[in-house]
Amino acid sequence: MEFLEEWGLTLAIFLPLVGVAVMMAFPKSDEATHKVIALGTSLLVAAIGVALLFDFDFDRADEMQWAVSHDWIDIIKTQYSIGIDGMSLPLLLLTMLITPLVIIYSWNHFPEPHNPKAFLMLILVLHTGMIGTFVARDLVLFFVFFEVVLLPMFFMIAVWGGEDRRYASLKFFLYTLFGSALMLVSFLALFFLTGGDTFSITGLAEGVVSEGMSRNAQLWVFGGMLLGFGIKVPMFPFHTWLPDAHTQAPTQGSVILAAVLLKLGTYGFVRIAIPILPEAAVAWSPWIGLLAVIGIIYGALGCLAQTDMKRLIAFSSVAHMGYVMLGIATLTDWGINAAVFGMVAHGLITGMLFFVAGSVKERYHTLEIKRLGGLLLQAPRMGWILGFISMASLGLPGLAGFWGEFPAILAAYNPANGVPVGLFRVYMVIAALGTVLAAGYLLWLLQRTAFGEPSEEFANDPHITDTNREEWIAWSPLLVLILVFGLAPGLIFNVTDDAVDANISDCLSAGDLDSSVKGSFDVGLCEREGIDEALAALNVAIAEGEG
Amino acid sequence: MTAAVLAQVVPFERPPIDWHAVAPELVLLGFGALLTLLDAIYLERGRKFTSALAGIGFLAALVPVVTLAIDGADRSMFGGAYVVDNFALIMKALFLLSGYVVVLLSTNYVAEGDYWENEYYGMLVSSVLGMILMASARDLITIFVALELLSIPAYLMATWRKRDLRSNEAGLKYYLMGVFASAVMLYGMSLLYGVTGTTILADMAPTLNAGDSTAAVSLAIVFVIAGFAFKVSAVPFHTWAPDTYEGAPTPVTAFLAVASKAAGFVALVQLIFVGFWGRGDVYEPLMWGLAAASMTIGNLIALRQTNMVRMMAYSGIASAGYIMAPLAIAGVSGEVADEALRAVVTYLVIYAAMNLGVFAVILAIARKTQSAEISSYAGLFQYAPGLTVAMTVFLMALSGIPPFGGWWAKFAVFKALAAADTTAGWVLAVVAAVNSVVALYYYLSVLRTMWADDAPDGDVTPIRIPASLIAALGLTAVATMAFGVYPPLINNVADVTLLVGVGG
Repeated sequence: MEFLEEWGLTLAIFLPLVGVAVMMAFPKSDEATHKVIALGTSLLVAAIGVALLFDFDFDRADEMQWAVSHDWIDIIKTQYSIGIDGMSLPLLLLTMLITPLVIIYSWNHFPEPHNPKAFLMLILVLHTGMIGTFVARDLVLFFVFFEVVLLPMFFMIAVWGGEDRRYASLKFFLYTLFGSALMLVSFLALFFLTGGDTFSITGLAEGVVSEGMSRNAQLWVFGGMLLGFGIKVPMFPFHTWLPDAHTQAPTQGSVILAAVLLKLGTYGFVRIAIPILPEAAVAWSPWIGLLAVIGIIYGALGCLAQTDMKRLIAFSSVAHMGYVMLGIATLTDWGINAAVFGMVAHGLITGMLFFVAGSVKERYHTLEIKRLGGLLLQAPRMGWILGFISMASLGLPGLAGFWGEFPAILAAYNPANGVPVGLFRVYMVIAALGTVLAAGYLLWLLQRTAFGEPSEEFANDPHITDTNREEWIAWSPLLVLILVFGLAPGLIFNVTDDAVDANISDCLSAGDLDSSVKGSFDVGLCEREGIDEALAALNVAIAEGEG
Repeated sequence: MTAAVLAQVVPFERPPIDWHAVAPELVLLGFGALLTLLDAIYLERGRKFTSALAGIGFLAALVPVVTLAIDGADRSMFGGAYVVDNFALIMKALFLLSGYVVVLLSTNYVAEGDYWENEYYGMLVSSVLGMILMASARDLITIFVALELLSIPAYLMATWRKRDLRSNEAGLKYYLMGVFASAVMLYGMSLLYGVTGTTILADMAPTLNAGDSTAAVSLAIVFVIAGFAFKVSAVPFHTWAPDTYEGAPTPVTAFLAVASKAAGFVALVQLIFVGFWGRGDVYEPLMWGLAAASMTIGNLIALRQTNMVRMMAYSGIASAGYIMAPLAIAGVSGEVADEALRAVVTYLVIYAAMNLGVFAVILAIARKTQSAEISSYAGLFQYAPGLTVAMTVFLMALSGIPPFGGWWAKFAVFKALAAADTTAGWVLAVVAAVNSVVALYYYLSVLRTMWADDAPDGDVTPIRIPASLIAALGLTAVATMAFGVYPPLINNVADVTLLVGVGG
């Protein structure tokens, strides 16, 4: 176990790259070998994940575990510093789960122009980037992994994508890079304004206080991060790359994009932006909340207008990530727990939706909703799966989607101190209305694609078969987890709560998840400010006493 | 009569020469002479050996550079006109290695193109000789001699394809603009000498800072910097670069884009950090404007290019802007100056690796397609996946995507700008950040063509790459990746200071 503590995370990050190196040694025509190596590598990484899960001390979920720090770039005092706590564990495991499933799904379904060697190598490189981002505890390291993800996804869309792939891939890349360039400037500003001592997240958070960084600077720096992370999420109005990228990406790309890549943005908020700059977070929160609810409504309305199934799912992502962002914007324990849950749930559900969309596309060669229909007659199992995940996606209680949305909406009723309460109650109402719209577009989608008679052109098409073996293997873990997390949300909440407490609530002390009534616990914007205020009050009292 | 005059002449006393310090120059000079001799004696029969000999020459000259670095002592000769310090050594090593890679790039190109080979390598060696001299030059006259020594062979090399009109155009443009810039610069230098009464850079700063004859000082600084801005192809002195790059033989283009540009920066840095130190009021706004204009205009024009070499010319103009950016805030304080200098050196070293790499790929592809049009790169992923991946590494490095080398270069620039903590610095940082995204567009467009498009005419016969090109590709790719994954590699060598005689 000691070996695991020291090397487990590092192995998980770099094993995929070892797999890539091994694959390079085999010729392109040797497809079976490539598939086996890629799957083997990703399963090995998943095995490390399972081992980590067993080794994880859930009583100390608020602390960084398996933390490793080595010198990396001395001159800027940045370190190879990794570790996970309760907030990153669920996302890390989600990543480790999704990748092998995607590879299994690909087994006999490689999109044109085929070339499994290159395709699988890109997936493995992606894997490294995703894992690295979730475990990084140093901003430069985080930035490096955050960027590593871009290139493989760009090529996946540009080479294996649909008709409009040239446009979509470039848009995806440029949008994200624009955000991350400003994010980098923010990181550097943070570094220098806190004395230039460290890039570690906790060190910077302390530095902001001890160096007395001006409020104005905090607001600007947070603004830069808001752009960087917000584009990745994506928040309205920076979401326009998403429908294009999702629609044009191959199924595997869409799944990874939806399940993991979008979370890098929201994870950045809860891991970096808010813990380091809590005061700026409070100041920005009305705007974040506003963009979040616009995203919810706009995404839902966008869904209703779509004629393409994949594009519809993409817009539903905008709406769902809106709930996550709303939860984050409340800056409460509730809201952020809900956000982390929402990230995992969205990963499972939307990943699944894209899987099904991909399989539909493979059978019908189209995703145009009006040409589809009667899926339940032609491929009943797949039709029922679509129904199941549509229910999960619209937030049916008992399935995972519910626990991402409901607590987020609830949290908006009583946001953290300093966040305008009235405004967030308005947001709450709007967000709640969004769930109605969600039910509308998902049920309508289901009705048009799964119900009714198959359209004439596909009625007697022999290619339309029901769910096959690879699909079952790839999908069942996701389907099971959607149900399990829906029935027992505590599985995730119990892990995240302590970590959220430690990361956020330490300085934005608000109600605890366990307490149903919050508000009475509030002692001030931040604990340290609370202490200051208490001291000031004490001084006044003493002065009065003396007087 | 004659005897009387002679008797009055003070007997010439040779200034003490530190032979170890000038050993790199001497070795290279020796090899240059050997190449010329070989040509004179063996004529055509010497062709077989010249490229190897030139390559060995560069590596041999690297040996004394390494021993000097191990020795570690700063050496100064000729009253401070010639200095060997860490900065000089790292830049010398950079020039020599770039020269070596250019030899690797040239070997097959020159041999197969029926060009004059012996003279080519002789020119290359003497040009690099000028560059390594430049790295040590801390005196106006030495700088000027070094500049001409490196430029004149370069003018000739640009016209090496002498039956090709474009190559003639390239050389002529380069030559005319170069001479014009030299004239402007010399005028500035004469003003400097007039004001300060010295040509030694270190002695110049105190007088320049004394505050007299401000107009003359400003004029002098602006003129000298403008001359070097031409050399590094900064906007608005960039107009020669695209035509010259496109017309010149591709290995020569690589040489101009990397080594020649770096030499210009070396001079610029020495002037700014030693000679003009303290006169930030004059050069900072100038450098700010040059940097912002170069980045923005270079990138915007690059967006419209359809020829890879021309695109690289404009990308080079933009890169010049990034390298100049730290100079725009260098004068804020001694600490910031160190930071800025490190950023410049870091950028130059990494830039050399990735840019030479791009040209190596261009050369390799042109062996099949005979073209540098971006559209001819279509479908490369299908028949040359290795080259495609190499190009991806280099172009992504240029655009600053981690973990490829360039991100660290850009990071160093951002860091220097942020360290200054002035409005000018922050604004320039944002300009640079936005420009990084613009640059990404055209780099990505190339990659998209290579990866996603189908080969024209469906011709997917693989490319045969000669060993020397493979060596060049390997060297540059390994360097690019290594700098990116483990930046301390570069930090250790880029940890230099100048500011001699100012006590900064």
